[in-house]
Formats: sequence, C-alpha cells, structure tokens
Amino acid sequence: MLEKILFGKLTYKSFPFLYSPETGTGIFIGLVLFMGLIVLGVLAYLTFTKKWTWLWKEWLTTIDHKKIGIMYLILAFIMLFRGFMDAIMMRTQQALAVGHSLGYLPPEHYDQIFTAHGVIMIFFMAMPFMFGLLNLGVPLQIGARDVAFPYLNSLSLWLTVVGAMLINISLVVGKFAATGWLAYPPLSGIVYSPGVGVDYYIWGLQIAGVGSLLSGVNFLVTIFKMRCPGMTLFKMPVFTWTALCTTILVILAFPVLTATLAMLWLDRFFGMHFFTMAMGGNAMMYINLIWVWGHPEVYILILPAFGIFSEVVATFCRKRLFGYTTMIWATISITILSFVVWLHHFFTMGSGASVNAFFGVATMIIAIPTGVKIFNWLFTMHRGRVRFTTPMLWTIGFITTFSIGGMTGVLMSVPPVDFQLHNSLFLVAHFHNVIIGGVVFGYFAGYIYWFPKIFGYKLNERLGRWTFWCWLIGFYVAFMPLYVLGLMGMTRRLSHYSAASGWHPYLIVAAIGAGIILVGIICQFAQLYVSYKNRHKPEYRAEADPWDGRTLEWSIPSPAPFYNFAVTPTVDSIDPFWEEKEALKNGEQVAKPKITDIHMPKNTGAGFIIAMFSGVFGFGAVWHIYWMIALGLLGIIITTIARTFDTKTDYYVKAEEVEKIEASYVSGAEK
Amino acid sequence: MKLRHFLSILFIAITTLLLASCSHLAMLDPKGMIAASEKKLLIDATLLMLVVVIPVILITFYFAWRYRASNKKATYRPNDAHSVPIEIVCWTIPIIIVAILGVMTWVSSHKLDPYRPIAGKGKPITIQAISLNWKWLFIYPNKHIATVNYLQIPVGHQIRFLITSDAPMNSLEIPRLAGQIYAMGGMRTQLHLVADEKGVYRGFSANYSGAGFAGMHFKVHVTSIGDYNRWVKKTQAAPKKLSLATYNQLMKDSENNPVAYYSHVEPKLFEKVLMKFTKPMPGMDTLGDGTKAEKR
Amino acid sequence: MTTKTVTEHEHHHDTDSTAFFGFWLYIMSDCVLFASLFATFAVLHNNTFNGFGVKEFLDLPYILAETLFLLASSFTYGMAILAMYRNNKCQVKAWLVFTIILGVSFVILEVNEFMHLIHVGHGPQTSGAMSAFFTLVGTHGLHVSMGLLWMVVMVIQLYVFGITPATKRRLTYLGMFWAFLDIVWIFVFTIVYLMGAL
Repeated sequence: MLEKILFGKLTYKSFPFLYSPETGTGIFIGLVLFMGLIVLGVLAYLTFTKKWTWLWKEWLTTIDHKKIGIMYLILAFIMLFRGFMDAIMMRTQQALAVGHSLGYLPPEHYDQIFTAHGVIMIFFMAMPFMFGLLNLGVPLQIGARDVAFPYLNSLSLWLTVVGAMLINISLVVGKFAATGWLAYPPLSGIVYSPGVGVDYYIWGLQIAGVGSLLSGVNFLVTIFKMRCPGMTLFKMPVFTWTALCTTILVILAFPVLTATLAMLWLDRFFGMHFFTMAMGGNAMMYINLIWVWGHPEVYILILPAFGIFSEVVATFCRKRLFGYTTMIWATISITILSFVVWLHHFFTMGSGASVNAFFGVATMIIAIPTGVKIFNWLFTMHRGRVRFTTPMLWTIGFITTFSIGGMTGVLMSVPPVDFQLHNSLFLVAHFHNVIIGGVVFGYFAGYIYWFPKIFGYKLNERLGRWTFWCWLIGFYVAFMPLYVLGLMGMTRRLSHYSAASGWHPYLIVAAIGAGIILVGIICQFAQLYVSYKNRHKPEYRAEADPWDGRTLEWSIPSPAPFYNFAVTPTVDSIDPFWEEKEALKNGEQVAKPKITDIHMPKNTGAGFIIAMFSGVFGFGAVWHIYWMIALGLLGIIITTIARTFDTKTDYYVKAEEVEKIEASYVSGAEK
Repeated sequence: MKLRHFLSILFIAITTLLLASCSHLAMLDPKGMIAASEKKLLIDATLLMLVVVIPVILITFYFAWRYRASNKKATYRPNDAHSVPIEIVCWTIPIIIVAILGVMTWVSSHKLDPYRPIAGKGKPITIQAISLNWKWLFIYPNKHIATVNYLQIPVGHQIRFLITSDAPMNSLEIPRLAGQIYAMGGMRTQLHLVADEKGVYRGFSANYSGAGFAGMHFKVHVTSIGDYNRWVKKTQAAPKKLSLATYNQLMKDSENNPVAYYSHVEPKLFEKVLMKFTKPMPGMDTLGDGTKAEKR
Repeated sequence: MTTKTVTEHEHHHDTDSTAFFGFWLYIMSDCVLFASLFATFAVLHNNTFNGFGVKEFLDLPYILAETLFLLASSFTYGMAILAMYRNNKCQVKAWLVFTIILGVSFVILEVNEFMHLIHVGHGPQTSGAMSAFFTLVGTHGLHVSMGLLWMVVMVIQLYVFGITPATKRRLTYLGMFWAFLDIVWIFVFTIVYLMGAL
C-alpha cells in the first residue's frame, strides 16, 4: 500500500537493465552504463572546475535569446544523435531479419525504436533546431534587442528540454511507446498498450508542445511588435517572413495537439471513451485531429528552412533575392493551404471519392507556390556570383533533392496511387526525402550561416564539405532503395520479412546508406570540435560580416553583444546592410549615431524552475505517483505566482559601458 | 581509370539488383484491372512531373556552374530581382502541370473508388474480412465458410470485400490486384477488385498494429471458377466450425498464425463483430474496450 | 540603412501593446483548443452506447442559474475595471471579491451537476458522449477555476502593490480572459444544453 503511494506503478521490474524478461538485457546494461558515464562525467567536470554557479548564472537562468538559441541547438544535436542511433538500429535489424533469422531485436523492442525515432526526430530534433535558429536569427534580423517575452522564451526552452528528458528516461525506467510516432488508437489505448510507454509519449509531447506553443506566441509578437523603425512587413527579411508564417501555424495547430493528447490520456487514465473502439469511442476522430495538427507541423518545419535558403542564396550569389514579393505570397499561400490538406494522410479510410479527390487536388495546389519558390531560387543564382561555401552546397543539394521529394509527394496525393503506396516504404522514402532534403539541409545551412555571428568564429569548411557529401550521398544510397521497396510492396514498420520477398538486397544497400550518413554526422561533430580548437586562428576568426551579408544581423560585431544593437537601426529597404555597404563604396558618409542607455531584462530562474516542476509532474503522471503530480502542479503554480510578485525584472545598461564594449570589438579586430 | 572501374561495378550491381527483383514487383506487375489502372496512373503522373523536375535539376547545376564566382566572364547583375515575364512563367508552368494532374485525380478518384462496384463475370462474390491480433479472418457469408490467413477467389469474377477489425487498425492490401483500405473496429469499409490472371499473390496488412504485425500476411489463390467451387465444397466439410465461442478464442493474440479453414460459420458473425462496439451484444467479448474481457 | 537614434520609442520589453497582443494570441490559441473539444463533442454526442445522452439529464433551469452566475460575475468584473480606472483601490477589491464569490458559486454548481451524474451512474466512463460532455464542460470549468485563482492573486497584489501600471495591466488581461470564458460558456450553453434539449 505504502509502495503504491510512494512509487505508483513503479517497481523494480520497471528497470529493464536490472530486470528484463526479454532478450536484449545486454544492450540495456550497455546503454545505462553509457548514459550514466556521460552524466557522471558532466557532473564531475562541473564540480571539479567549480562551474555550477557559472552554469546557473550564465545558462540556466539566461533570457538572452542568443544563448537560448545555442541551448536549443545543443539539444537538437544531442537528439539528432539519439534519433540517428535508432535509425541505425532499424536499418541493421531490417538488413538482418530475413527468412529464418529474426535479427537481433525482438518486435517489442524494434517497435519502440521506430516510434522513438519518429518522435525524437520531429519533436526533439527538428522542433528545437527550428526554434534555435529562430532565436538566433529573428531578433537580429529585425533589429531588436531581444524577443518580446524573454522570460517566456526561457520557459519554452526548458519545457522542451524536460519533454526530451522524459522521452529519454523511458530508455532506463520502463519502456517507450510501441505504437508508431503518432500513436493511433486503439493501439495506443489502455487495452492494447497497457504499459507506461504511451504515457511517456503523451507527457513528453504535451510538455514540449506547451513550450512550442509559447514560443510561437512569443515570436509572432516579436515579429509584429519589435521590428526596428522603417521595417514594414514587406521590408522584412525572408527568413523572418517564414518565421512569422511558421509561428502562425504553431499557434493554430499546437492547441489541437494538446487537446488530442489530453483526450488520449483521459481514455487511458480515467477509462473514458473518446478513441476506444467500444462504448461510443471513435478512433477515426483521433486520426483526423492528430493530422489537423500534423500536417501544418510539416510546414512549421519546412517554412523556416525555405527562409534560410532564401537568405543563403541571396548572400552567396551576391545578388538580390529574385522575386521577393512572390516569395512572400508563396509562403503565405502555403501557410493557408496547409490547413486544408490533412485528409491526404488517410485516403485509405474510405471517405468517398469526392472527398478524397478534393483533398488530393488541394495537396497538389501546394506544389504551385513551392514550385515558384524553387524557380525564384534558381533565378537568384542566374547572373549572380555563386560562391560554393557549405551553406550554398546545402542549398544546391536541397533544390535537387527536394524536387524529387516534392514529385513523389504529389504522386501520392493522387488517391488511387496512394491506395497502393500508403504505409509502404515509398511513403517513408518520400517524407525522408523532403524532411532530410528540405528541413535538415536547410537547418544545417542556417547553422553554418549564423554560427560566426553567434560565436565569433567560422566553422571549418573542409569538414563541412565532408559532412555535406556524406549526408547527400548517404541520403540517396539509404532512401532510393526504399522507393523501390515501396513499389515492391514492402510495408513500413516490419520487424521481419520472408526471404522470398526479394527485398533483402535493397535493405542491405539502405543500411550502407545509413552508415554513410553516420560518417557525415561524425564529421559534423568533428567540424565543431576542430573549429572550436582553432577559433583564435585568423582564418577562423569572423569579423562582423564574414559572408558579405545583406541583412541587419551582419551590421553588428561578432559574436553579437548581449544587447545586440548598440543603437536601434532604421531601415528603408529589404537589404539594408547591403545598401549601406554600397553607399559607403560610393563615398557617402554615414553619421555615427549617439549611444544611449539600453533597457534590458534581468535573468530569471523562474522558467527553469517551472519546467523542472512540470518534469516532476510528468514523471508522476506517467507512473501514477500522485504525490509527484501534486508536487509538480503546486510547484508550477507557486513559482508562476511568485514570479508576478517580482518587480525588479529589468535594468539599464549605461551608455558608457555600451561604448566600452563596442570599442573593445574594434580594438580586437585591429589585433 | 579507377573511377571507370568503380562505375562499371556499380552499374552491374544495380542491374543485377533490378533483374533479381523483377519477379517481386508488386504494384508494377498488376494482375487485376484496378491495380493495372493504378499502375498506369502512377507512371503517367510521374512522367508528367518529370517534364519539369528533370529540367529544374539540370538548370540548377547549369546555373551553379555558369555563374560560379570564379567565372568573371559571366554576366553579373546584382540588382536583377524582378522580371514580370520570368515570374509569369514561374507561376504558369506549375499551374498547368497541377491542372492536368488535378483533372486526372478527380476522374481517377471516382473511377477507381474502392467502394465502386466494377464489371466482372457473374454475380459479385462477397468476402467479409476481419483483422484480428495478428491474423486475417475471411468469411464467405453465402458459403458459410471462413479461413484464416488464406484467400481463394475465382478469376474474372468481381470480388467485394467488406472489411472491419476486432483489433487495432489494420489495412487490407493485395497490391497486384488492388490498393488498400483500412480495417477499423466498429466501422465497415469496402474494397472491390477483379483478378485477371490465375496465380498466387501476396496479401497483407499495411498498417502497423502491434508486435505480431510482421506476420499478418496471407496468400491469395486466384483459380478457375471450377477449382474455386471445388475448394468451397471441400472447406464446407472442414472439421473446425466457427461458432461464437471459437471466434472469441480466435480473437486472442497470436503471431504467425497458420492457415486454417472453418465450416458452419456463426450466422451474421461479421455484423455482430461490427455491432458489438455500438451497443451491448450478448455472447461477444469486447476486448477492444476492456469492459467485459479481463484486461491483458 | 541609417542608424539614427530613436528617442521617442525605445524598445522596451513588455510594453503594454506588445504584452496585450501576446495575451490576445494566447486567447486565440485557447479558442482553437476549445474548438477541438467542441468538434469532438459534435462527433460523439450521439455515441451513447447504452442510450443515455445529454438529453436525458437536462435540467435547463439549473443550467440557466449557472449561466446567470457567470454572466453576473462578468458584470461585477466590469465594475472592478471601472473602479480601477477611477483609481479606487477599495472598490476594485470589493468588486473582485464579489466576482470571486459568483465564480466560485458557478464552479460549485457545475461540480454538483457532475457529482450527481456520476452518482446516478452516468459518469464520463459510460460512453463516448458522456466523455465528450464531461471533458468539454470540465475544461471550461477548469479555466474558470484558474481565473479565480488568478483573481485571488490579484486581490493580494492590490494589497501589496496597490494600483500600479503592472497591476492595471494584469487586471486588464484577466478581464479579457474572463470575458473569453463567458463567450465560451455561451457556446457551451447553446451547443451542449440548448441544442441538446431540442
């Protein structure tokens, strides 16, 4: 009885590394040791170097959007690694589990891995990466000193981190969901998934989802309200425009996810009947609701990537972006259309020919603005001066790869074709084609592009090129066979298949492709390490404007000072910084503006503390530990209220100090 | 030289792969008119889109090369950011392609609607399919027989599947005969198809439904009508009978189920499976919600 | 680009219009949340399994009383805002306390209705229709309870800080939130109860 109160459903059997009825105990022990060693290593490092206060003051409580952006990127890269390990395990399992061989993963384990792969890559790799880049790029591009609600920004970050932690705790305590990344009921209902896996899924996503929603609100307000004087909507950089559209989608789509997951949880926890088969539940409603969120989510991820490509193309072709206005309207139409196509994810549900045809045609219409964008990037290169730096390589890789992915996407938007290809590996190949070829390539380009602005040194180009080629070639080797396998009738999520199917050779090739991508990822980590080691060398040092940029972020020193702009700029064109450089070349004089005191927000630990309490709440909710649920909720409420009683939330940076900092950049550059 | 060597090995490897897989092509080697139309649609749509996709890829490489920074001979117009004719072309090309595809979509969605009866010899044969954890139960209601993980149908006759699930969602697919349709608890979906050639084809569930999902496949034997009738006769004499009690047993989880044949199928079994989720049904276990059967 | 000093409009954080817009966006997102629940209710309200639906337990006068409590609380909140504009701290607090009493009465009435339904065996576990009903109405109730908690905090803040720009701003947002909950309730009342009665 006391055990139940203290530990809920948690028993010693919940620790698979201590007690595992299935095979794979060795893997778990290895995993736990590995994770434990990393955690211990970090803790020991912090303690021995006496960095705890530094960590708290500089990072955990920071509300500087640049530092928050950096932490988002760290999370994204760690999760990329974790999600990719899942991918490698899946690929090896499918390369081995043919005929009499069952591979090395039992189905229960394999099913958790593909679920975790999808969840982690979308929610904890792509989303943090996206918000990280928004944090780094948007305020600097619009000439702002910070986002609209800096404290909310830190809360969003830590909620996302806590969500990711919950998902990863399931590796060592209990199990993860084995339902596929969208957890369709009734499979995800309590009858068919009685364990805690789906609860981990629900609460991990719910907590991170609230973080994303708050971030969406934050950035929309930032873009609408904090642009520098003169920057009208149609003078905003394209990346900021795509960020604007993305945040609108976040605000409209994420509440649906929250409601849907909440209902799934009510089904599981209270035995309600929203999505159960019996007693009047309706699982089709879940599938509709989850895709009403899920389809816009795809555009939430891809739109900022489109924005990054637009910045990169214009910068590295030293040419104005072709068709700026068209680009914006294309983005806006994609934003609107993304809400009327969700049904194409389940043409096979039997909705009737006219409904299917409507959603099919609506889906194809999205290809029009997307196609226009591709043409515009091409014509930006036309009569430009293309410099093949790594961001540009990613962009060219993107245009070609994404064209193919877009084509297969349109193909599947024809309902009768989809009847054959739905849920096959063709589908898997398609969405990896657009997500890797679009989202991932774009985010990597953005990461390299803004890195010097944030850190003050450039990333190693040679390793960057290695990364690019490994990813590009690895992608084609890994996913082109999947297209063929889809046409050969191989369904996704198979833990085993017969030798007579003829799929085996293709799966071996795909596994090799995954290996090539792994080399790319290793190169990427190496690139970071090598660049950091050499950061003081002159060829790595980045001045204010390392790429000959066009927008406001390149007008301030690198690394950007904490207040961003010593003086709020005023703009009157789309490429303000480029225009200014042109004017200087023509011998025009630009007056040195007078620096005044700067109003800045103070750091606060409230965001971090609230997020930690929601972690306690989430863990309690997963394991039905009621005191933890209560403690978590109480902690959240009390911290929130306490924060509203704090009146000293901001301060002024004196003009003299700003001048000193600005001068230090100039003298640093002269050295 | 080395590169050429490597390329020729690569070429041989790819051809071998493709040749090896010829006998395993699913939807690309259709044996039924629905699947054949679906294949034609796939190829037509692909070709239509390649008309733009291939030039776009080529132009990308060409522009990138032609306007590389080191090529000082190439024209450089840093402020060329707008051109009405180019923009009109940019919009028109995708609009034309999508318009053609849109018409194809509208027409084919109606023509190949799985709910639409199609022309075939004789009276349509109804088969009721129930997906269970983790096997398929097929009921031939007019013949009072049922099979597990096995289908036999006569060539040229129209087959009408009525599909439901008594387990998590699945999807019934026989790619060489027709595309898939979901199997959902408490819902009845339909699929019509005609097989044009005798043979044995692969059928399976195309929607992940849990640990035993990988084993949820079956063989479809397409035979002459005479063979089909003989098979029905034989099965009607099968020793195993499908009563409600047997069904409740069959419902329980099992993986890689062997083929099984049942005679004397409980009347209106399919309807009862459908209805038990909408109102209380005596004698039926509803694992799907856990109220009656003990939770697993 | 010209970098001239902007004196009249320095970019402050949490300026009124910025925060106001942010809060308004939050309310919009909450609207979407309720829209999902309404859609769910629309789909499920006939899925009664054993035949017991919303129609069977409707007690319109009771619901009307609930409604009146909530509407009256909006009125008293409006009075509090008016008092705030007059800088009359005492009156603001008094009206807020009135509002809290009315709001708490609303919540008590709703909880009572729920308890009754569960007691007679029509809890949220009995059918899809009842799950949708309890969740939609309950989510609104939960919002009202959160609003009440916020109101209590505001009364305390008025004691501690008095009427300052910060408390004024928070009272305005709370007012928006309260009005929003009123509007949602009107929809609940119409769609769940009135249309259920027809």
